[in-house]
Amino acid sequence: MNLASIFISALLIDNIVLMRFLALCPFIGMSVDVNKSVGMGLAVIFVTVIATMVTWPIYTFILVGLDLKFLQILVFILVIAALVQLVEFFLKKNVPGLYASMGIYLPLITTNCAILAVTFDVISRGYNLIESVVYAVGVASGFLLSLVLLAGIRERIKTAPIPKFLQGTPILFVSTSLLAVAFMGFAGLIK
Amino acid sequence: MLKLWKIFSKGLVTENPLLILMIGLCSAVAVTSGVANAIGMGAAMTFVIVFAELVISLFRKLIPNDARIPIFIIVIAAFTTMVDLAMKAYWPDLSESLGVFIPLIVVNCIIMGRVEAFASKENPLHAAVDALGMGLGYTWVLIGIAAVREILGAGAFLGIKIMPKGFQPILFFTLPPGGFMVFALFISMNLGIKRGMDARAKARLETSKEAS
Repeated sequence: MNLASIFISALLIDNIVLMRFLALCPFIGMSVDVNKSVGMGLAVIFVTVIATMVTWPIYTFILVGLDLKFLQILVFILVIAALVQLVEFFLKKNVPGLYASMGIYLPLITTNCAILAVTFDVISRGYNLIESVVYAVGVASGFLLSLVLLAGIRERIKTAPIPKFLQGTPILFVSTSLLAVAFMGFAGLIK
Repeated sequence: MLKLWKIFSKGLVTENPLLILMIGLCSAVAVTSGVANAIGMGAAMTFVIVFAELVISLFRKLIPNDARIPIFIIVIAAFTTMVDLAMKAYWPDLSESLGVFIPLIVVNCIIMGRVEAFASKENPLHAAVDALGMGLGYTWVLIGIAAVREILGAGAFLGIKIMPKGFQPILFFTLPPGGFMVFALFISMNLGIKRGMDARAKARLETSKEAS
């Protein structure tokens, strides 16, 4: 499977939020305005890629080698939690500008199931390291894309007349549903 | 006894994790294309949350405050691993169709949220009851959504055809967008019920004030 098709299918066809229902909590919680959603999306891309680059070798060389595959869930979640902390410390000290724009999103990312799902996916699909990284970038960009789309819709919804029974969160899910219909159009893009 | 019932019942409607607190949403939409999946997911989730809350509540006085989050994660991950392995061994078909969502119970915010907000402060009995309420609150919503989606989308319930012969399945409901749509309606319904309950409680309060 070539890299471009891995990327496109992760970004559009199997969009992590709209087609696979992962990362819905930050998707609903962080899509209040477009600027914030871009910040969150970039932070997710950053952490997902690093997490994949760390967990893939750990699984392939340590857990498989020692026959400890059953510890996969435990090891991955701890590695990701520790990693997010380290990234936070590092950015705070060395790249304060980036930290100021991205820092507040980092603690939220530990519980973002998309990242954990990506690290499990690349193992179960048997990708090599390069394919894994491409897949991680694709999935996380898909998250950014859908987040920004919903944030844009939300800014419109604010001024729109909405039936009383759909006000609040229900209308968000109705909008998400319609977004998902649009994304279904991408099915079959890659044979 | 009344207190236990209160703790138990708030998970079902007034503080329903999915419909009111809006946490742990991912699995709720993802696994609800069929009722069988919803029951499996609900059972797995309830198992993990009950044991995680129970264990953490038992050890709540020994867990140092600064290291509590990693300890919680390890406890939750241990029970999730048990469910994952047991399901792979005994119900391979179910495990196959739930896929990545079983390991993802570990980052389900419902469990982390309840452990942090409730189990780490209350006694084991209360924690277990709270967990059971939250687990069942999660499960009924899952089964409810799945029932609507399976009946309309496939004309079946638990895989058995129940709709009349002329019924044309509405494919929309088994596909991802249908999941979001049905979920939106469930939230709307639960908000309606809650508004009704609040209004009734308020009315009762006012009449009791007038009487006194």
